[in-house]
Amino acid sequence: MNEFIFLFNSVVISGAVIGAIYAMGAIGVTLIFSILRFAHFAHADLMTTGAFVTFFLTVMFPGVGPAVGLPTAFVMLPIAMVLTSLIAVGIDKAFYKPLREHNVKPIVLVMASLGVTFMLQGLVRLFAGTGSRNLFVDDRKEIFRIDLPWELASRKIVITEPQLLLFLFTIIAVVSLHYFLTRSRLGKAMRAMSDNADLARVSGINVNVVVIVTWVIAGSLCAAAGTLLSLDVALKPDLSFNLLLPIFAAAIVGGVGHVYGAVLGGFVVGFAESLAVFNWAVVLRPLARAMEWDLPRSMALVPTEYKITVPFFILIAILVLRPTGILKGKVI
Amino acid sequence: MAILETKNIHAGYGGMNILNGINMSIDSGEIGVIVGANGAGKSTSLKAIFGLLHISEGSIELNGEDITNADPNTLVKHGMAFVPQEKNVFVSLTVEENLEMGAFLRKDSYKGTLEAVYHYFPDLKDKRYQPAGELSGGQRQMVAMGRALMIEPKVLLLDEPTAGLSPLYMNEIFDRVVAVNREGVGILMVEQNAKQALNIAHKGFVLAAGRNRFTDTGENLLNDPEVAKSFLGG
Repeated sequence: MNEFIFLFNSVVISGAVIGAIYAMGAIGVTLIFSILRFAHFAHADLMTTGAFVTFFLTVMFPGVGPAVGLPTAFVMLPIAMVLTSLIAVGIDKAFYKPLREHNVKPIVLVMASLGVTFMLQGLVRLFAGTGSRNLFVDDRKEIFRIDLPWELASRKIVITEPQLLLFLFTIIAVVSLHYFLTRSRLGKAMRAMSDNADLARVSGINVNVVVIVTWVIAGSLCAAAGTLLSLDVALKPDLSFNLLLPIFAAAIVGGVGHVYGAVLGGFVVGFAESLAVFNWAVVLRPLARAMEWDLPRSMALVPTEYKITVPFFILIAILVLRPTGILKGKVI
Repeated sequence: MAILETKNIHAGYGGMNILNGINMSIDSGEIGVIVGANGAGKSTSLKAIFGLLHISEGSIELNGEDITNADPNTLVKHGMAFVPQEKNVFVSLTVEENLEMGAFLRKDSYKGTLEAVYHYFPDLKDKRYQPAGELSGGQRQMVAMGRALMIEPKVLLLDEPTAGLSPLYMNEIFDRVVAVNREGVGILMVEQNAKQALNIAHKGFVLAAGRNRFTDTGENLLNDPEVAKSFLGG
């Protein structure tokens, strides 16, 4: 029984945590792709940038969190989301919009976004240095240990406060995005533009407003994902390095252009990662004892250091077997 | 007074002119039909009027106001709507969402217009929550026209609204065009089915090589032996 609680803690909870982060990143990638028709490679660095925006706010107003009983970084998140959205809209105005107006090929925009990646990485290091920081500035991280009522289960289910906040935030974000896209006029216009940009223009849909809204949503989700991930682990300037491939894999696995596909893809990649690095020897140990097998100490499919190869394999597999993704998106 | 007038417009793609002086004029509440052989510049004329092509020479007036080279957004605000020939519905949006997108620029309530559109096209009301991509060609054309009507336009530009439709739907679409026109909407349409279109037209414009070849009332063009011989298939 304890072995399964261990499995739950390290596969289900950590898979869901990282899956939620990937999902929020993949939603942005998929929205930008469907509205602006290019793969936004600076997306993971926008997440890092958002996390550092939260960090600066947290350092400036450290007493806010304890006053309301939540982590300071989480209280600062709404402001960081607004600021990161402004950064995202500004980046679009400064770099992508002039290129779009020249009717460049999508690949030029992709290259420009690669340039923006380096610029953001440089800026983050310029202002915050290269070291790792703790975004959780408050006294003590609340860790919930949930006892199970069964006799054999002495191990506890462990979930931290930042993780609970992450789940809560993800659910609220996805549900509100769903209502925005299906109920509001602007949300419908976003779907219309993703469906048929020429017809959207002809119908009188204000294309510029739709583009700005897209960046605001993508930027806000970036800030949230970056912050909530750093809150759970640590804030590092090279956070993006381990995020870029998984969020693109998630967007493609779910079907590019599908918001729900991006959410699904995020969790598929997240759970695949946590399943691949899980030490199966732990679960098999009682069985091995009974059968008198000799099990190696570690039986993970992929060593933890090589976790980043998992989304890469998923990406290749999905491109070979089902290039449109699970929910039939656009083929890139 | 002319609601829409083009004066000697020249336009084309990438430096090559397709239109070499088009003159058209329709009064408010009239139907104008553009006919001509393939490549005569029929669809190109509509695109030029709707700001999708750069006009290098000449001018366009909407309700007496100069709208030469205005962008589609401005034109929609001024009461002009355009239905492209192809890809003219948002396939992943429901019928009702398609119609709402036509009303994107409206600040007032468009519920009344929505009911009016459903009144013109009763088929659409039954399918209002179905994605437009699941509809038949004729129904899609109705969605496309309905979408354009949502801003309550003064002038409606239709690019081959009956292309690829069965005769049954073709007649239905022509009926709807006449019905919409009776409500006071000026219509300028390109049509392959020249005879049928000229029958409902107040004015006809026969184009050849990017120029006006014949310009007259629909009835006169139908009875003109030369037009009949070269453009209406005898």
